[in-house]
Amino acid sequence: MSDLDLLFQMPVLNVQLFLDGILVGAIFVLSAYGMALVWGVMNVINISQGEYVMIGGYVAVVFAKIGIHPFFAVPAAAVFLFALGWLLYRLVIFRVVDRDLFVSLLATFGLSILIQQLLNQIFTADVQTANSGLDTMMFFNGMVSVAQIKLVSFVLAAVIGGLLVLFLRRSRLGQAIRATAQNARAARILGIDTDRVYAATYALNAALCGAAGALVAMTWVIQPFQGLAYTVRSFMIVVVAGLGNIGGVIVAGLGLGAAENFAGFLLGAEFQVAFVFSLLVVVLLWRSYRLGRKRRYLR
Amino acid sequence: MKPDRTELVAFLAIAVAGIAAPLVLPGYSTQFAFLWIMVVFALTWDVLGGQMGYNSFGNVVFFGLGMYVCAVVQVAPFTDLAEYTSASGTQDIGLTHGQYFLGLAAGCLVGAVVAVIVAAVLGSGILALRGHYFAICTLGLGIAAGEIAAGIDLIGAGSGMVTPLYPGEIGSRERFFYFLCFALAVVVFLTLRSVYAGRFGLAINAIRDDEDKAEAMGIRTTRYKTVAWCISAFFLGIAGGLVGNIVGFIDPTEVAFAGATYGVWMVLMAILGGKGTLWGPVLGAAVFHATQELFWTYLFGWQRVALGLLIVLIVVFFPQGILGWLREHYPERFGHRIAPAESPSGEEAQRP
Repeated sequence: MSDLDLLFQMPVLNVQLFLDGILVGAIFVLSAYGMALVWGVMNVINISQGEYVMIGGYVAVVFAKIGIHPFFAVPAAAVFLFALGWLLYRLVIFRVVDRDLFVSLLATFGLSILIQQLLNQIFTADVQTANSGLDTMMFFNGMVSVAQIKLVSFVLAAVIGGLLVLFLRRSRLGQAIRATAQNARAARILGIDTDRVYAATYALNAALCGAAGALVAMTWVIQPFQGLAYTVRSFMIVVVAGLGNIGGVIVAGLGLGAAENFAGFLLGAEFQVAFVFSLLVVVLLWRSYRLGRKRRYLR
Repeated sequence: MKPDRTELVAFLAIAVAGIAAPLVLPGYSTQFAFLWIMVVFALTWDVLGGQMGYNSFGNVVFFGLGMYVCAVVQVAPFTDLAEYTSASGTQDIGLTHGQYFLGLAAGCLVGAVVAVIVAAVLGSGILALRGHYFAICTLGLGIAAGEIAAGIDLIGAGSGMVTPLYPGEIGSRERFFYFLCFALAVVVFLTLRSVYAGRFGLAINAIRDDEDKAEAMGIRTTRYKTVAWCISAFFLGIAGGLVGNIVGFIDPTEVAFAGATYGVWMVLMAILGGKGTLWGPVLGAAVFHATQELFWTYLFGWQRVALGLLIVLIVVFFPQGILGWLREHYPERFGHRIAPAESPSGEEAQRP
């Protein structure tokens, strides 16, 4: 734990880790909000969430390779994944929406394996990144460095999140989505085509993940098998925050980003993924223990 | 519980085929050994997934634990473990027959016991989670275990660990492990068969059907759930020790905690055969393994893509499994009849 001493001797390092974590956390918030949306509206836990993030990332990588600036990949990935999400809903998801929760869990798990292996075949297992060509800013005499792209992606994530909330509050389809989430049967009686709403919700979630993925490719690296980590992060954030609590999702997402960065620094980078998955187990156990004392359980 | 005629015939056929297979086709002993390992996978997954309604994605944890513990027990008494793993297979510790077989037996046993202890400790907490929370928690557990094992230097970290060399003559190794795997599968099947037939089977089925009601009826659900997971863990621990020695090399995420292969196959095989039945997982494992061995070499690296597609197709279009489908179409074959003709004790009629 010599790294722990280092943190106390150089307090400014904390600022660095915290800032990096928060900036990355904004991306987690996007995919977590998508998951909460699908979960709340359709009662489906989408395990292939992280794979949509990875596809979005590869859109950015491809854009960078053919010479288009990866910023344009953010809307492009969103559009592409919206279409893909709609297609997958029409092919697979609509068959499992009304079924037992485990069926949809396993079906999306199968989709996730299918997509990650396809990505592996197409793009190989190497880590890749989309270079945005932006500089790094220095603070505190060069003690704290912030890559401009991280700031930009933070702002973009905030803008996308804001647009989404506005869309859900104001637009006709957004209202239909919220009505279906509250009571699908009543929504159907009032003339809402819930099947279309489900398709739109699922596609919207995929688009959100795609945009987040393009940002990941620019700020970090992507790799075909990293998807599951994003799924687990999203799930964890939603479990901590609770469904339909957007403030909670934001706080939990940014907090997770920071916690992960500190853990990666203290335990060593090779344990960062292990930390994410172990944290999931701990979070679930803690929640279940707290509820168990009142003889209730997570549902 | 006495086996009826169909079951007796099946037992006999399996016994004959199981003993004859490596003698007739000695070149395929390892593939046949894996067939029995697959049967063990599917059967142990079904204890929770099918019979108790707790769908676990993390059973591979016990398998990996058993594998590592067995290898450590085999190696540690004879040489320095850290030195052995850092030499990554170039250091031959030259075990004699006695040392090897004793080490293997002790390793499998200790591995199984460790797996049971871990299952009991984890289970008391994780099994309080229900439904999809349990499923995702175990998914996280499986990956976390692999990542942690890949970070521990003593057991070779990410570069893995080599199991000791088999001391016997060439060709006898495959046959030896084949019969161990066969025996394990038979023991697992018979154990589960007798366990399901009794009070325990009824209790875990009650938990699957309605846990709150089962608890209200006075079943100690937490205890039953934990014991069920321990049974799975015990056999998976032994299977892990055997597979580690068959493969000869333990990779933390590709062999031991192989969530993407073994971990998924377990679920798939049980569902394919028909979860919640005794013979379903056996059937599913046989069909899946045969398909995999026969056709998958023609897919040239696209096997795992096909696996994902297969999961989606089976889950969406064929969730009841082979046995479930048969039961739907030929109910009279499964004892769903009004007057049991040739069972005076009435025991047979109780069986589903």
